[in-house]
Amino acid sequence: MRWVVIGVAALLVGLLAYGVAQQDAQTTTTSALQPGETPPEAGAKLPALGAETEGAVADYRGKVVLVNFWASWCPPCTDELPMLERAQASLEREGATVLGITTRDNSEDALAFQDRYGLTFPSLRDGGGDIGEAWGVAQLPESFLLDRDGKVAAVVQGPVTQEFIDEQVIPLAKRS
Amino acid sequence: MRALAIILALLFAAPANAAETVPTLPDVEDEVMCVACGTALNISQAPSADGERAFIRRRIAEGLTKEEIKDRLVAEYGPRVLAEPRQTTAWLIPGALGALALFGVALTLRRWRGASATPAPAGPALADDDAQRLERDMAAYDR
Repeated sequence: MRWVVIGVAALLVGLLAYGVAQQDAQTTTTSALQPGETPPEAGAKLPALGAETEGAVADYRGKVVLVNFWASWCPPCTDELPMLERAQASLEREGATVLGITTRDNSEDALAFQDRYGLTFPSLRDGGGDIGEAWGVAQLPESFLLDRDGKVAAVVQGPVTQEFIDEQVIPLAKRS
Repeated sequence: MRALAIILALLFAAPANAAETVPTLPDVEDEVMCVACGTALNISQAPSADGERAFIRRRIAEGLTKEEIKDRLVAEYGPRVLAEPRQTTAWLIPGALGALALFGVALTLRRWRGASATPAPAGPALADDDAQRLERDMAAYDR
């Protein structure tokens, strides 16, 4: 009898601990990905924004990629994305690219945003935010610089600056 | 009789039909989540919630039913946008845990009741003199 009561109590405590752990995982403010690591779910196929095709981060292996998580409802993204669009031309010359991932956003709003700011770099859709969560994205915008092997070279929480492009992205693209 | 049947049918069918074909924003937003903030959409003040509400309003304007709108929301935001999971199996674990907890509480209560219903152990037997005196005293109290 006593063991039944203890078992029930242990189950309830376990359930409570699981709930608390899940909550913590969603509210962390520290990026889970560190330089040198390979991002999880890189091979996951995501719908392309504004196209009927699909793509994955892993499709860009062999290139230096600046993966930028953004959303149309994110105010700092409105400042950052036009700068990334300007940087895209110089990055393409070096064989690198910006890859947008629009997260927790609907495709209509994201497309309208893309058109309004004339964004030409490719963007994938992560509507439910699963990929962003797997990568530890806690707030937008957040960017991950991936080297040619697909490993994280740098993480930027908040808007990417032109200095970051000039001092980290382009030199990495020129190397090797 | 036939007219009465028609009136009754209209009374019961019309509201259900209206709710199915012409949903309002509150009808939908109290059944979905703000995916960026993790709260129910109807209480969220986040900018991302405004985007979801605008999406729902556009679908209402297109004449979609509530279920069709929820389908579109799932297509855009994934299954976590729904406040209640659609898969009935998702309720199995919480249901089983709830039943187990109730079982545990019921067992504990039964045990407590059983313990309190047990009569107190009798004390040592009284000597004859003491027993007679007790009887006399008790009889005096009854008078």
